Amino acid sequence: MSERRFRVWRGDAKGGQFVEYQVEVEPGMVVLDVIHRIQATQANDLAVRWNCKAGKCGSCSTEINGKPRLACMTRMNLFGPDETITVQPVKTFPVIKDLVTDVSWNFEQKKRIPYFQPKPRDADGQYRMMQKDVDRVQEFRKCIECFLCQDVCHVLRDQHAKAKFVGPRFMIHLAALEMHPLDVADRVPAIRKEFGSGLCNITRCCTEVCPESIGITDNGIIPLKERVVDRYFDPIAILGRKLFGGRK
Amino acid sequence: MALNVSEIQTVEHDVLVVGAGGAGLRAAIEASVQGLSTGMVCKSLLGKAHTVMAEGGIAAALGNVDSRDNWKIHFRDTMRGGKFLNDWRMAELHAKEAPERVRELEEWGAVFDRTKEGLISQRNFGGHRYPRLAHVGDRTGLEMIRTLQDYGVHRGISVYMECTGLELLTDAGRIAGMLGYWRESGRFVVFRAKAVVLATGGAGKAWRITSNSWEYSGDGYAMAYEAGAELMDMEFTQFHPTGMVWPPSIRGALVTESVRGDGGILLNNLGKRFMFGYIPEKFAPETAASEEEANRWLKGDKSARRPPELLTRDEVARAITAEVKAGRGSPHGGVLLDVASRLPADVIKRKLPSMYHQFKELAEVDITKEPMEVGPTLHYFMGGIRVDADTQQSTTVPGLFAAGECGGGMHGANRLGGNSLSDLLVFGRLGGLGAANYAKSLRSAPRVNDEQVAASMRRATAILNRESGKNPYLIHEDLQTVMDKHVGIVRVQADLEQALVELGRLNTDAAQVKAHGTSQYNAGWHEALDLRALLITAEAVTRAALMRQESRGAHTRNDYPGEREEWGKHNVIIRKAKHGGMEAVKVERPAPPPELAKIAQAKIEDLEAGRV
Repeated sequence: MSERRFRVWRGDAKGGQFVEYQVEVEPGMVVLDVIHRIQATQANDLAVRWNCKAGKCGSCSTEINGKPRLACMTRMNLFGPDETITVQPVKTFPVIKDLVTDVSWNFEQKKRIPYFQPKPRDADGQYRMMQKDVDRVQEFRKCIECFLCQDVCHVLRDQHAKAKFVGPRFMIHLAALEMHPLDVADRVPAIRKEFGSGLCNITRCCTEVCPESIGITDNGIIPLKERVVDRYFDPIAILGRKLFGGRK
Repeated sequence: MALNVSEIQTVEHDVLVVGAGGAGLRAAIEASVQGLSTGMVCKSLLGKAHTVMAEGGIAAALGNVDSRDNWKIHFRDTMRGGKFLNDWRMAELHAKEAPERVRELEEWGAVFDRTKEGLISQRNFGGHRYPRLAHVGDRTGLEMIRTLQDYGVHRGISVYMECTGLELLTDAGRIAGMLGYWRESGRFVVFRAKAVVLATGGAGKAWRITSNSWEYSGDGYAMAYEAGAELMDMEFTQFHPTGMVWPPSIRGALVTESVRGDGGILLNNLGKRFMFGYIPEKFAPETAASEEEANRWLKGDKSARRPPELLTRDEVARAITAEVKAGRGSPHGGVLLDVASRLPADVIKRKLPSMYHQFKELAEVDITKEPMEVGPTLHYFMGGIRVDADTQQSTTVPGLFAAGECGGGMHGANRLGGNSLSDLLVFGRLGGLGAANYAKSLRSAPRVNDEQVAASMRRATAILNRESGKNPYLIHEDLQTVMDKHVGIVRVQADLEQALVELGRLNTDAAQVKAHGTSQYNAGWHEALDLRALLITAEAVTRAALMRQESRGAHTRNDYPGEREEWGKHNVIIRKAKHGGMEAVKVERPAPPPELAKIAQAKIEDLEAGRV
């Protein structure tokens, strides 16, 4: 057991400041445990979102010592014994209170994306897909919607271009739909226009913070950009489509 | 804060679904398919409910991996696992409809792991005769909730996130809606609805060592109980045999049964594979007698029998408890779960990626090299709101429906792993359908009683308004200590009676609870408001456990060992007594339909050959 110093941002949409807390910390604790201890003993009304406490639900996204992280998966022994630990809400979304932000914009984006459209079943009523053909889609579907990638995306965080770009989370959602072996919808025009694939400049910050280690940029966004390029800027493909008809 | 009822925000739907895990989502989708205006309230953000944590898979007799499987064998396994206390009709509906519900998920975009032929793959699990669990690595729940969530949102269901239910509103005994509050602002909201489907899950948070998150405070049980519904089988609380035991802050977090399904074995501190010493007589004919036979089974030898690590959860949890008690436990008070010596590292990482990740990150244990330390953790409520099997409507409150963990009957005295996700889909759909049919049948909309709304709001705001009072977090911790100590995996009369005394004291404390600060996203106030449901549920479990004087499935009474024939014919019902307090009643079970009884008692060879 040791005493540690925490600085936690307290406030709401109107403003706020960091408040210092001295907390007893036991071996094996994660940052979220410490926040809960502060809540139970020193600041009953401290607001923090959390659920599973095992890195599976993606609720407790915060910025810890400046890095976007899941508080439930950030172990205290990551920090030096005398290090002060600073916890603040994610920056890209508006603060509601303390560590809780309004992430409803993300749920709105999901609604805008044309949903899965399956092809008909085989004659025997089954769908058949080979494992190797679904590996990539399964990688994208590991996403726990913590929105840390949205938090660090320069287009959303610094350029405030939420109206033009859906962000990495929804680019890989689009990739999961587009690469689904059973899906027959065509989202390529929308990926270019409405969802703004051109705005991503491949800095890979999103990939770096992904707690599920999804290859967001290389496996998701870049292939989507390539599909857009093939469709709109590749003269041979354009000619081919004219001659032989469009294919997804 | 507005306390004048006419100024409270009002939302109106035909069907209101409370809870947005698998059951709630599936119910809401069904009500919407039936053409009704459907609202869904969730305590957290959409997609974060506990279904997201389900790991192993969805049980359904698809027969993709072993073609001998069929619904009758799934039904038989379920009844045997439930120690024949399951509602026969529910177990039948579940086994028959689960395959269609899984195929439907695939049609809505879910991407399950595949067989070599490209079909949905299925894995072995405790108590299931054949590989039966459709899965996605060890993150099946995430796949399921995301698929349902995305499909539901595109169907136009109205979703009310971070909103908690406080009380069901009734009009002359039938459902008229629900009062809730927004967690963000603390403002109240009246949902007017013809029918309400409760899908709020269980109440694991009444215990400290639990796999459940903060949301599982028994809101649905308590609201239904207060509205006059019956609860049944509440004594059957499942302790999952394998929760993490170290570090302390993560104690209770789930370690999926897939570890054992894929070949993991349980060892005591002498390195002995102890489960061979705990095979109950009635499972002996279908369980391997030696390590050699168990290993052959794992390699796919169809003449070999299943390893004892895959006995039902109640058996494995009791065995682990007994080993620890006998001094053969691991350093932190569990036993060892070893998969490292059983499978190559790359296979472990591929089949159990989130377990690998969880142990590496949280316990600094590499499960491809070292064994895991595991022990029982409160995981699931077999019991719940007593409902009609086909419609999921409450037996006593018209317009009230329940599905998933919140409903009772399906699992009897013990649930098989994998039968929960299929339960959510099958009974979520039936509950949504039942609610829709009921709502359509009403000639006039029920009226909300303003006085009921006002009284409920006053009780909630009193917590903020009183000058001083008890700390809600400490009351909750106190409750968890009481339940861990007195209403744990092994129970005796004196402990249970002591628990009732302690619960009485905690109820007095909770009546004086105080939350500091404003109503805006106030975690302390939320905690204080959850206490009521936690305490009602804890009392229901304790009273039912006290009444059932036998040991059956997940309910173990040290003072009444073994199953008693008499108790196999009865359920314990919890309800509000006429004098206002809680009462437990012993109710006779209906006789099983002869056809189903025949299947449940049939020889496995006859079922496989289609002779029954």
